[in-house]
Amino acid sequence: MTQHAASSATDNPWIAHPATICSIRPETPGVATYELAFNDPDRQSRYRFLPGQFNMLYLPGFGESAISISSDPEEPSRLLHTVRVAGNVTGALARTHPGETIGVRGPFGSAWPVAEIRNSDVVIACGGIGLAPLRPVIYHLLRRRHEYGRMTLLYGARSPQDLLFADEWNHWRSEGLEMEVTVDRGDADWKGQIGVLPALFSRLDLAPERTTVLTCGPEIMMRFVISEALLRNISARRIYLSMERNMNCAMGFCGRCQLGPAFVCKDGPVFTCEQMQPYLHLEEF
Amino acid sequence: MMTDLTVGSLVEIPKSSLQQVVQILQDLGYRVIGPRVESEAVIYDDLESVQQIPVGVLDHQDGGKYRLQQTDQDAWFDYVCGPHSLKNFLFPPRQTVLESTRQDGVWEMKAPDVEDAPPLAVIGPRSCDLHALRVQDRVFLEGAYVDPSYQARREKLFIAAVNCRRAAATCFCHSMQTGPAVSSGFDLALTELDDRFVIEIGSQRGAEVMGGTDCSTSPPQNVQAARSVSEQLEQSMHDRSQHPPEAATGEPRGRWLDTSGIRDLLMHNLEHARWNEVAERCLACANCTMVCPTCFCSSVEEVADLSGDHVARERSWDSCFTAEHSTMSGGAVHKSTKSRYRQWLTHKLATWHDQFEMSGCVGCGRCITWCPVGIDLTEETAAIRADSTNPSPGQL
Ligand SMILES: Cc1cc2nc3c(=O)[nH]c(=O)nc-3n(C[C@H](O)[C@H](O)[C@H](O)COP(=O)(O)OP(=O)(O)OC[C@H]3O[C@@H](n4cnc5c(N)ncnc54)[C@H](O)[C@@H]3O)c2cc1C
Ligand code: SF4
Ligand code: SF4
Ligand code: FES
Repeated sequence: MTQHAASSATDNPWIAHPATICSIRPETPGVATYELAFNDPDRQSRYRFLPGQFNMLYLPGFGESAISISSDPEEPSRLLHTVRVAGNVTGALARTHPGETIGVRGPFGSAWPVAEIRNSDVVIACGGIGLAPLRPVIYHLLRRRHEYGRMTLLYGARSPQDLLFADEWNHWRSEGLEMEVTVDRGDADWKGQIGVLPALFSRLDLAPERTTVLTCGPEIMMRFVISEALLRNISARRIYLSMERNMNCAMGFCGRCQLGPAFVCKDGPVFTCEQMQPYLHLEEF
Repeated sequence: MMTDLTVGSLVEIPKSSLQQVVQILQDLGYRVIGPRVESEAVIYDDLESVQQIPVGVLDHQDGGKYRLQQTDQDAWFDYVCGPHSLKNFLFPPRQTVLESTRQDGVWEMKAPDVEDAPPLAVIGPRSCDLHALRVQDRVFLEGAYVDPSYQARREKLFIAAVNCRRAAATCFCHSMQTGPAVSSGFDLALTELDDRFVIEIGSQRGAEVMGGTDCSTSPPQNVQAARSVSEQLEQSMHDRSQHPPEAATGEPRGRWLDTSGIRDLLMHNLEHARWNEVAERCLACANCTMVCPTCFCSSVEEVADLSGDHVARERSWDSCFTAEHSTMSGGAVHKSTKSRYRQWLTHKLATWHDQFEMSGCVGCGRCITWCPVGIDLTEETAAIRADSTNPSPGQL
């Protein structure tokens, strides 16, 4: 499952490559999507990534953050990252303007198993910013709609204002993606579901032996998604999750992203539930 | 001058001729590092001449204890490992990994040149240190990514290792298959006899260096004497760890780590009560990880000049005992000392096998000596084994 960026003798993997911010699209409060293009035309034309992989975005003077690529792998020239302001680095990114340069290293990490899960029903369960690393999967599956079975997106956010990519939903639905959306707190205009995301599983009519679950979001949410899926007899081998840990290097050098035997940066971030099951219930592991 | 030296040859020199080795290395452009006493500890530092080697110094080590004793013996290397290891030089405590410059609003980013640093020659590392080097090689050279500065230093490294004649009470290389005899990965391996060093040549470069000295072929009785140094030491380490000296002697007991099925033993006991118990003693000071020759955790910080147009990214040693190590936007994953000690011990002795197909511990004992409260990983592991909630851990 693991895919590594090629690293050759001439390629110092610590070097961030200057990239220009082409556009900044505000998404929801505190979240924006940044379109980046490498300043080196050669790198720009050679750059490829797989759905679920991430880049280290570097703001000199502030630091690096691991950010998933949220765009279509089949349009590598349009490189998008959807970022929520969480602190120092992401805060500095939010203060940039189109035309400025930042540094990019990547892509890093393992990918969602889009080829392996062909022909299966796919349930994508994500919370908040967790939709960003799964958007490349949605693009991939919808391009090959006939190669997969039922496709369902379960999506939850804190409030209706926090729901990402809402302007694309109609298109996604028309292409064959079933969607169930929930928020923790509604507002006057909200007609949809209210409640936690894992509860949406009860609305699904699943064929467990043919179903694959892909989940990304806060760890606690993923734990509940996993128990709902296991309860419905979906095999732990067919449940995939994207884990988050502190990352300083993305190359297996800094040791910070360790989770038991795994380095989240190079063995993950996408793991099977089977790989993570021994550790997910442990406190502070 | 001997001309027929080859890898595997055994030669000998009078002790004082070790200076010739240092001189030749210096003439070849090496920065020569060797054991020196600094702040009451034997550390590695620049060696201008063998005069600086702490002849006659013995070290007494035990949990939380390190003391040097000056004797009048003509023993050049009878202290064992101190707080430094080769890690200090190949993976230095602080180093720049990236430099960025802003011109007309556009950032240029480049890595500092690693090529111009002089090659390093180290006199005195022990078998455990060479095994620790192998462990760090796995981390920095043999994964999907190569750390270029480690690689540049490593490729040029010259090692004149030493076979220990003495072990500290904290040493347990004999239970980790990492010593005490130097077995591979050296250019030269020295064994100290009364008046001479018997030297095994481990590489072509080693042969070239020895070729410039007044060395002679070592006669069979000296080769035999040199061989028996490691054998005798191993036997005495074994005896001392299996049959602890009577408390009345004041001699500390020797250490031993039972490694059978150790990966599963620890990974099947992640909720063992012993983690709580050790957490009450552990200060989470990170000393153990700083002195450990295999620990590789680091953090990267931004260092900017006043204009903000020149920014360096500096990597420095870090430790799984700090809160920052596991902090995410929602807070630290490893909040408690218990969870940090568990991360440390399970990484060293268990998950290292998953990640690198070897143990993260080479039995040097540094973490025991330099722990202010003398926490001893061999003891913690034995306590978990003695009361394992998983009665029959599988084999590794
Ligand atoms: C594989 C992966 C993919 C991610 N994808 C996205 C994404 O698509 N969009 C998005 O908005 N966020 C994503 N994140 C989370 C994002 O990396 C963090 O929110 C960000 O690093 C926080 O940095 P900061 O300096 O702004 O925050 P601060 O809170 O100021 O950071 C403080 C310290 O904690 C560290 N830190 C905090 N959170 C994280 C974290 N999650 N991972 C690593 N280090 C952290 C920082 O390095 C820094 O040292 C992803 C994280 C991972 C591991
Ligand atoms: S864990 Fe302790 S004994 Fe083992 S290599 Fe590290 S410092 Fe030495
Ligand atoms: S996680 Fe802890 S034990 Fe493992 S290398 Fe890092 S500092 Fe050492
Ligand atoms: S992020 Fe540094 S080891 Fe994974």
